[in-house]
Amino acid sequence: MADMTVNQSAARSKAAVKVNTRAIVMGIYLLFLLLPIYWLINMSLKTNTEILSSFSLWPRDLTFQNYATILTDPSWYMGYVNSLIYVVMNTVISIVVALPAAYAFSRYSFMGDKHLFFWLLTNRMAPPAVFALPFFQLYSSVGLFDTHIAVALAHCLFNVPLAVWILEGFMRGVPKEIDETAYIDGYSFGRFFIKIFTPLIASGVGVAAFFCFMFSWVELLLSRTLTSVEAKPIAATMTRTVSASGMDWGVLAAAGVLTIVPGALVIYFVRNYIAKGFALGRV
Amino acid sequence: MEKTVNQKAWFLVLPVLLLVAFSAVIPLMTVVNYAFQDTFGNNVFFWAGLSWFEELIESDRMWAALGRQAIFSAIILAIEIPLGIFVALNMPKKGFWASFCLVLMSLPLLIPWNVVGTIWQIFGRVDIGLLGYTLDKLGISYNYTQDFYAAWITVIVMDVWHWTSLVALLAYAGLQSIPDAYYQAAKIDQASRWNVFRYIELPKMAGVLMIAILLRFMDSFMIYTEPFVVTGGGPGNATTFLSIDLVKMALGQFDLGPAAAFSLMYFLVILLISWVFYTVMTNLDKREG
Amino acid sequence: MAKITLDNLAHSYLPNPTSEDDFALKQLDHDWVDGEAYALLGSSGCGKSTLLNIISGLLTPSQGRILFDGKDVTNAPTAERNIAQVFQFPVVYDTMTVRDNLAFPLKNRGEKPAYIAERVNQIAKMIGMEHELGRKARGLTADAKQKISLGRGMVREDVNALLFDEPLTVIDPHMKWELRTQLKKLHHEFGHTMIYVTHDQTEALTFADKVVVMYDGRVVQIGTPEELFETPEHTFVGYFIGSPGMNVIPAKVDGDKAYINGSYVQLGRGYAPLDGKVEIGVRPEFATLSETDGLPVKIRRIEDVGRHKIIRAEFFGSDINIIANEGTPISADMNRVSFDPAHVNVYANDWRVKGEAA
Repeated sequence: MADMTVNQSAARSKAAVKVNTRAIVMGIYLLFLLLPIYWLINMSLKTNTEILSSFSLWPRDLTFQNYATILTDPSWYMGYVNSLIYVVMNTVISIVVALPAAYAFSRYSFMGDKHLFFWLLTNRMAPPAVFALPFFQLYSSVGLFDTHIAVALAHCLFNVPLAVWILEGFMRGVPKEIDETAYIDGYSFGRFFIKIFTPLIASGVGVAAFFCFMFSWVELLLSRTLTSVEAKPIAATMTRTVSASGMDWGVLAAAGVLTIVPGALVIYFVRNYIAKGFALGRV
Repeated sequence: MEKTVNQKAWFLVLPVLLLVAFSAVIPLMTVVNYAFQDTFGNNVFFWAGLSWFEELIESDRMWAALGRQAIFSAIILAIEIPLGIFVALNMPKKGFWASFCLVLMSLPLLIPWNVVGTIWQIFGRVDIGLLGYTLDKLGISYNYTQDFYAAWITVIVMDVWHWTSLVALLAYAGLQSIPDAYYQAAKIDQASRWNVFRYIELPKMAGVLMIAILLRFMDSFMIYTEPFVVTGGGPGNATTFLSIDLVKMALGQFDLGPAAAFSLMYFLVILLISWVFYTVMTNLDKREG
Repeated sequence: MAKITLDNLAHSYLPNPTSEDDFALKQLDHDWVDGEAYALLGSSGCGKSTLLNIISGLLTPSQGRILFDGKDVTNAPTAERNIAQVFQFPVVYDTMTVRDNLAFPLKNRGEKPAYIAERVNQIAKMIGMEHELGRKARGLTADAKQKISLGRGMVREDVNALLFDEPLTVIDPHMKWELRTQLKKLHHEFGHTMIYVTHDQTEALTFADKVVVMYDGRVVQIGTPEELFETPEHTFVGYFIGSPGMNVIPAKVDGDKAYINGSYVQLGRGYAPLDGKVEIGVRPEFATLSETDGLPVKIRRIEDVGRHKIIRAEFFGSDINIIANEGTPISADMNRVSFDPAHVNVYANDWRVKGEAA
């Protein structure tokens, strides 16, 4: 009995150590992720004098002036508006055109389907740098240069293939009998697709939208190349902080923090679906 | 699932086809056009044949950039894939802490790429950045704008910071799909932790890991914004990866012909490698199904 | 192989259970005799899987002890208990060959290669898979996978008990029968202690020497199939086992008679006055329909199921079932039912009252 008790406590302390190593690993990893972000926030709340003159782990002289600068100057905050406009446009376009295509790929076999699918995916592999110049020329020649729709369409290059691919994965998981039952019940294709099928893969649509939003929001090369004033994204506006008087670090940091906010909000809203979402319907 | 043959399905694919044709095929044709022509200015072009490609093949600059690119992609894959798996294995399985980790880990993924660059540019500065300042105070000479190794390490650590979570989240999704019974059976069979990983977790993660490798390979091979913001491709050409070199050539020097030839080669290399991955992946899918 | 003793065992998934309802498994004492085949029978959520997981060590009970051959293993990890478990969904290591799957538990214990090879061949023969040893487990049918997980359990010679958690759920009906027969054969040959969890009474009754019926976290009866059939200890056992289940009719019991609406039914035994909800239970098999004997019933429907006929009828406001032999003609005038007194059981608050010989 005595050594039984010893065994038990040994087993328990072993379990405790195991839990701790997990927590420690995650703690270190999250620290690694958050420290640079914290530093950005820290800087955004300091004055330029404080940033340059002293080194402190937290703002001694707390100021919101950097944020005020951005939020009161249209040439700053319109950058956010522009970014959000083309990101939302791109997400909507990508999903709307990807839905029927993904359905076709998941349900039917037709001439050239495999090649077409692969060709679509290759566009996800196209380096934006390759397309920067031709896009510039193409959109200039059709008069779309410096418009939101130009950026939204350009981002379709990589978002549409991705959306098709993600949605196809989710649609494969829906039994075909559902389609057949609906047709037997007299649904037309359009009504079936909108009323029955799309709600069934709502989580897939959410995941695809999340990824479209993400990749459109974070991209800079194409959006910068295709805009000059009217549709200039916030990410490009940030380069303004370099002026004759040197870097305006505080405003740069504040602008950076503000670009993280929409992403953080999106993540917060989908937090319960992230794990499933990253499986892309393929687990 | 058995698929029915239906040629009318083409109509469903048509919108995608038109859109992608507009946003991919037309620009690509422009590139092809430039790749085979030369100009003396004033929009007068003449046929140049394969001369741009010949020049490209012989160009040390391109090979150097390609070499740097390959090393970079290899290093970040070698770090991010195992690290991502390791993180995924240590994540809480459910409850508040699971959501907590998921939310914080997703954060870097939704930061615009130039802001990622800015964050590390600031973080690594010796005068105002936490990392640079600390290293400097510890007596380690660190200057990513001057020193070759410092520049590389900064760019790699930045990419690990930026993208490991993607690998971890994919691996985590794979792990979540393993029924408890597998772990229980392994306990009964007295499988070691390593064997549980090797024979249960890894096979179940294989599918998502292929996706992770594919995505990380493609995106790292196309990387432009983040290193450009931090190092501008320097010091010298130390961190001038393919995309950076290409943009320099096309938008900076306006060398359209060579840049176009470069573009095509670049695209083909990515396609070739991705095609290999794709084939492996679909074969894996088939074996499982 | 070992005798498994459950001593004052109970389990709750809540950290601080207060009332009895908080317990998924209510207090239980029982010995599982070495070498017997048991079935744990009950509907889903009755606690049978909880009990199984406590025996296999995947769960630590919140109260009580569990002993293998008198040795306390309550807190011992699964691996030390030397038990084998077959799960509801086949668990095989997909990337390994069938041979490696079977060898896995032995390899993990560091056995010698020669011994492993010999043992694997023996087991493969036992489960009838000696020709598939070389192929990958991925892509095998569900029943082949279940056989492998069974084999993986039996490959250890010192295995204390074989546990089955609804192992035939995903198996095709015709394979179910074959696998069950094979299990029985293995049990006869090797005499392992087997515990088989199921919600299917046919599976339980054909497989086991003793059936443990669980209801709402409690073991309501342990007995041979015959005992469960003839003297269900709890009304739940009565209607869960048998097809259709036992008729349970509210009654007033006085001595050796049960009164229903003023009429009485003769009982085989005498009873002291009973409190609470009193009912009598009669299996349809022990009820007879006739023109003259017994109490009035109203026939609703007759179902001919081949081997016999089931008569659905109304008896003083309760529904009852009566089974008549295939050969017996049923006429419209047969509106009386009589019960075999020896097989009428009396229940007070759902539990059987033994009574005294009359």
